[in-house]
Amino acid sequence: MAKILGIAAFYHDSSATIVIDGEVIAAVQEERFTREKHTEAFPIQSIKYCLEEAGLTIDELDAVVFYDKPMLTFERILETYYAFSPKGLISFLKAIPIWLNEKLFFKKQLYDGLKQVENYNKKKINLLFTEHHLSHAASAFYTSPFSNSAILTIDGVGEWCTASIGHGKNNNITINKEMHFPHSVGLLYSAFTYFLGFKVNSGEYKLMGLAPYGEEDSEQTNSFIETIKSILVDIKEDGSIWMDQSYFNYATGLRMVKDKKWNKLFGFSRRKEESDIEQHHCNLAFAIQKVTEEIIIKMAKEAKKITGSPNLCMAGGVALNCVANGKLLEEGLFENIYIQPASGDAGGSLGAALAASNMYFKDPRILDENKDQMKGTYLGPEYSNKEITLMNRKEKAVSSYYKNFDDLIEEITTKISSGNVIGWFQGRMEFGPRALGNRSIIADARNPEMQKKINLNIKNREGFRPFAPSVLLEEASKYFDIKKDSPYMLFVAPLLKTLRKNNLNEDKNLSFWDKLYQTRSDFQAITHLDFTSRLHTVTKSTNEKYWKLLKTIKQKTGYGMLINTSFNVRGEPMVCTPYDAYRCFMNSDMDYLVINNFVYFKKDQLDWQNKEKWKIDFNKD
Amino acid sequence: MDLLKDIVLFIMERKKYWLAPIIVVLFILGLLIVFGGSSAAAPYIYSLF
Repeated sequence: MAKILGIAAFYHDSSATIVIDGEVIAAVQEERFTREKHTEAFPIQSIKYCLEEAGLTIDELDAVVFYDKPMLTFERILETYYAFSPKGLISFLKAIPIWLNEKLFFKKQLYDGLKQVENYNKKKINLLFTEHHLSHAASAFYTSPFSNSAILTIDGVGEWCTASIGHGKNNNITINKEMHFPHSVGLLYSAFTYFLGFKVNSGEYKLMGLAPYGEEDSEQTNSFIETIKSILVDIKEDGSIWMDQSYFNYATGLRMVKDKKWNKLFGFSRRKEESDIEQHHCNLAFAIQKVTEEIIIKMAKEAKKITGSPNLCMAGGVALNCVANGKLLEEGLFENIYIQPASGDAGGSLGAALAASNMYFKDPRILDENKDQMKGTYLGPEYSNKEITLMNRKEKAVSSYYKNFDDLIEEITTKISSGNVIGWFQGRMEFGPRALGNRSIIADARNPEMQKKINLNIKNREGFRPFAPSVLLEEASKYFDIKKDSPYMLFVAPLLKTLRKNNLNEDKNLSFWDKLYQTRSDFQAITHLDFTSRLHTVTKSTNEKYWKLLKTIKQKTGYGMLINTSFNVRGEPMVCTPYDAYRCFMNSDMDYLVINNFVYFKKDQLDWQNKEKWKIDFNKD
Repeated sequence: MDLLKDIVLFIMERKKYWLAPIIVVLFILGLLIVFGGSSAAAPYIYSLF
């Protein structure tokens, strides 16, 4: 019966999780508090929140678990530089001081960090470390509804490991097979993210979103696929890969690839950030997406072969590639697939805590064959009406309070159906990268102008980026060809053929932007160019308020569907507090804001046209 | 002291005895290097170190 704090920090996406008797009580990313996206900072505020939510002090914890083994990472760094020497001197001189100055003293950093949370007795702390990929595996398996499952973890790198196949049985996880650095699916995808002018470790989603604009079966696309597979990466039958390091630079350099060699290989130079996107960029994005899918499917086949299990659990940053996940589902290799919604490194704190609970303390595992243990990812902070009232007073925010939530929904759905964009803030914040109806920007999926409006005027991001739909689970099969629910927006599903309009991607004469703004379906903003959508299915049991909202919108429009995008602007972490939400609302062209039962209309706000007043310059992602 | 103990245990556990002189040299080097800030490599590289 252990009380365990899990911590992920010092690389990217720092977070904290608290688990009591095997139950996940709270989990949150530090970026939500510091407002610095993907922050690597020690998660002081996240730990404070987790302890508060659990009603515990540090001294009352049975263990504090770090999600990674830093000594193994240090070993990997030293051996890599040794293997590549004398290359990599500059990178070495950058990396080593960071390690000698900070990271090697990881225990001291952890103890000092905890001291900033509150005073505690150091002698009482039981400090544990899990391996990075075991943390990922545990985050998926122990929250899954399976007592027996194959586990596949794929990411950039953690210590030495870049991918692993494991077998989870009841309380135990055995890792059967590992792939090691520098050969990595995550780093391969990141290399293309870099070459196509997006930021590494945050622009991977954009690359995935760009891929459908590529021309399938075009000569150029096929030659890109051929080049990747014959020169850059050798894909083995078991899904492991061997990457020709003479084309990559990440092992010892400060860039992902050798730019000149890649220019020669693909016939164009690296796209500069924010410069125009052209067809060859889309074709290359399409090519690497296809190759990635092939690798993942082969790895899954190997996992099936090794474990023989009908179930698959997945985690690691690459498991957030929902297009590949959709393909995996289509393959029908496994009867059931569960993907940890916080699959990136943020989920490491959750996995580390659950690994300790199940494998070290041998706590009885909480298992329900009908549902997972992620509580819809609503594991973060929530705010009371009193706190919202105080914010209103401080910011001079003008709002209407609805005593009856059904009246509020009635009013807001009318606004949505007449083309307004709403900031929707309810209950506990989501853990992981996806907004699932508690910190979301929502709008009418039928409105053909919405993709442009939300991308350019509200989120200030690239116009090509698609939006995901939230849809009532019982309605989903009316619009999409789906084999299972997708409560965490982790699977892509194709729109039913009967609902599709012109196949614009086949028209080679259309430009990139022409393709984007031509009609594809009655739900333009959520239908990607290849007629797929990244689905979020909603049920009453996971989020009753959001479900009610969708039910009412169905009554009004005939469709139980909404656009759902995270409540933030480009480069900003998802909003956490009522103030974050109000500031984001005032700094964008959102029309209404709803926080619990308070409704804010933009034009009622004082000085509402002065967006600059509320602006914070976030680093563009 | 914690760190030294961890390093010795780590080298013995992993049987990577050849790393020991490298680590010693690095510590000496560490005293000479003017310590820089955190990683300045982003966004061109994944946070590998």
